[in-house]
Amino acid sequence: METFRFQVLICGGAGCISSGCKAVLTKFRSELKAHNLEDEVNVVETGCIGTCDLGPVIVIYPEGVFYQKVSVDDVKEIIEEHIIKGKLVERLHYQHPAFNEKVPLYNDIEFFKRQKRIALRNVGLIDPQVIEEYIAKGGYSSLGKILSKYTPEQVIEELKKSGLRGRGGAGFPTGLKWEFARKAPGDIKYVVCNADEGDPGAFMDRSVLEGDPHSVIEAMTIGAYAIGAHQGYVYVRAEYPLAVERLSLAIEKAREFGMLGDNILASGFSFDLEIRVGAGAFVCGEETALIASIEGKRGEPRPKPPFPAVHGLWGKPTLINNVETFANIPAIFQKGIEWFTKIGTEKSKGTKVFALAGKVHNTGLVEVPMGTTLREIIFDLGGGIPKGKRFKAAQTGGPSGGCLTEKDLDLPMDYESLIAAGSMMGSGGLIVMDEDNCMVDVARFFLEFTQDESCGKCTPCRIGTKRMLEILTRITRGEGKEEDIDLLEELANSIKSTALCGLGQSAPNPVLSTIKNFRDEYLAHIRDKECPAKVCQALLKYNISSEACKGCGLCARNCPEKAISGEAKKPYKIDQSLCVKCGKCLEKCPFNAIYLK
Amino acid sequence: MTKTCCQNNATDEKYQKLNKVIEEYKEKPGGLIPVLHQAQLIFGYLPKDVQIKVAEGLDLPLSEVFGVVTFYSFFSLKPRGKYTIGICLGTACYVKGAAEIVEALEKELGIKVGDSTEDGLFSLMVTRCVGACGLAPVLTIGEDVYGRLTPEMIPNILERYQ
Ligand SMILES: Cc1cc2nc3c(=O)[nH]c(=O)nc-3n(C[C@H](O)[C@H](O)[C@H](O)COP(=O)(O)O)c2cc1C
Ligand code: FES
Repeated sequence: METFRFQVLICGGAGCISSGCKAVLTKFRSELKAHNLEDEVNVVETGCIGTCDLGPVIVIYPEGVFYQKVSVDDVKEIIEEHIIKGKLVERLHYQHPAFNEKVPLYNDIEFFKRQKRIALRNVGLIDPQVIEEYIAKGGYSSLGKILSKYTPEQVIEELKKSGLRGRGGAGFPTGLKWEFARKAPGDIKYVVCNADEGDPGAFMDRSVLEGDPHSVIEAMTIGAYAIGAHQGYVYVRAEYPLAVERLSLAIEKAREFGMLGDNILASGFSFDLEIRVGAGAFVCGEETALIASIEGKRGEPRPKPPFPAVHGLWGKPTLINNVETFANIPAIFQKGIEWFTKIGTEKSKGTKVFALAGKVHNTGLVEVPMGTTLREIIFDLGGGIPKGKRFKAAQTGGPSGGCLTEKDLDLPMDYESLIAAGSMMGSGGLIVMDEDNCMVDVARFFLEFTQDESCGKCTPCRIGTKRMLEILTRITRGEGKEEDIDLLEELANSIKSTALCGLGQSAPNPVLSTIKNFRDEYLAHIRDKECPAKVCQALLKYNISSEACKGCGLCARNCPEKAISGEAKKPYKIDQSLCVKCGKCLEKCPFNAIYLK
Repeated sequence: MTKTCCQNNATDEKYQKLNKVIEEYKEKPGGLIPVLHQAQLIFGYLPKDVQIKVAEGLDLPLSEVFGVVTFYSFFSLKPRGKYTIGICLGTACYVKGAAEIVEALEKELGIKVGDSTEDGLFSLMVTRCVGACGLAPVLTIGEDVYGRLTPEMIPNILERYQ
């Protein structure tokens, strides 16, 4: 490879694309050309660097200088100052929200410093479209080593010893799953990668597929060798066209380089991959539904057992793992289990990627050792809650999970502690909420989601979640009854124990968890007809701002209930006992003096 | 090949494309969903005639094709507008006020979620997380992604497509 004096990494992740990184990239190329620097400066479009809120972001090596919110107009200055004169462009540095100081270097920024990147080891560092870059980082060396030196049994033994557990939701030991698939009788077997990433609010799988697709290909090939499969499928959700594009290209390149297809690396072992694109159904993330969908059917789940490892795709033994689970595997074989087992907690080894979103400063992806506390993630890496608001809750496990509150801030995040706290790891979505979020409304939101996504095959989920949604909607409208909370709990428990698949069995979780942690908020809606967070529209009251009101009287004249009174040229008032919240006054006021609160 | 479907050259061409796709996937197990994806790209939606063609081509009962089309929210039985606006109602977007963006869109376009404007320019759909949660609330128009939305931004964004 040529040697360049500078490497300019420009984030090409989804967040930065929508902030305009493509234009910045083009400008960089043209400016470098104009300055005759093309041979000295290499510009690389990488996968997601992780700080989605700060985009477009770039990192310039050898020093590793981090610039944020770079616009097309900044490019010339960066080249003329940084590249040519060696002077950093200070105004584009990152600044931690709690401190005043600018932090120029990537490695000094709390958000990156506190991370331990295994699954994301290459994401944001290499050009995902160039297989040589993956290989230069040690990519495909694990596959080479395994095909030439390991028996399938040895691969499985090592993986079991590593303690790796599934990152797609349930945390099932990966080595054990591979062993089941290996031992299942049958000549034809399949390997499937679950890239459906259904949790709305999680985007780590997307980031791996877009930023480091070869790590998934390598791991799936290792899996195929271990269980004895020759065909694999990657099931990607339809909302991720860029991931499909990058993965297709990577598969093509891997075939060209002899890492996929017939006689891989001259070992005599053959394996190939096909991409299948989902079609917008959350339940297809559940493994049996996903299999039905690859078979071309309605994505309806079926009862387990038999598990896919025994009876999967087209009735054959099928190994199915999540993207992030796979992405860990080449690194484990590259660096050894001793290295891996030192990271994390006793029962949860390694790291977990969290998608930090919602009311937090640094939204984006963070990969931290298992056991890192919620406080560290939200406040140290995430930079805390914006606008000086108070932390209220964090939802983990998506629509199947629950909320964590202030009392859980020092909870070590691993599979067991999250379950004990009434939530779950799930896929790693971490949505932060502040005092302005209404927990009853959030519970209603999740139920609306699962209700919408229920496939309808089993009654508890199809009808039970509908009844729960009706009750929650009624509460947020101020029509709740005293006994509604008990009714919700009763319904929740019976759905949990009778629904067919994980979707229904976990759908009531957000409701149970918000009732447990925020019962007062439910009661305020039911008894006092008040929404403490001022979210539920029907419970808000109309008010007139005494500063903005000019006393024109238009509102009073239009009020059908005669609830507004006042004197000309003086602020008017609304009698709350008469107001029926029709909204006429707000519509008519020419001075925007009427507000909801 | 039956020729019941072909009223004019444009549709003719579309059906030819569809036939090619069917040929490609005919022998592949589980080819129905990929074929429907392609068919929707070609026709913009999946009317009954297209479903019949797919069923015949893949040798599947029409009921199964219809069952699959209606199961997945990505497949549409109705024609869509030139641009499909996908407003994200994923969790991250919801807690950051996506409901207000829906309201602004409905008001600006004069339609409800699930419908298309009369001029056939826009369809308004809800999506569940496009994976740009860091920029919530988010909407997509075709391949373009707009983030950190406020209701005030909506008219400006729509204007670019008019
Ligand atoms: C309703 C439902 C949705 C799911 N969605 C996903 C998903 O989007 N991605 C995923 O990897 N696993 C999902 N799962 C978990 C899978 O069923 C399965 O456990 C996982 O793919 C196994 O891979 P792992 O062992 O590597 O985690 C879901 C489960 C349920 C019940
Ligand atoms: S929740 Fe809207 S993009 Fe993820």
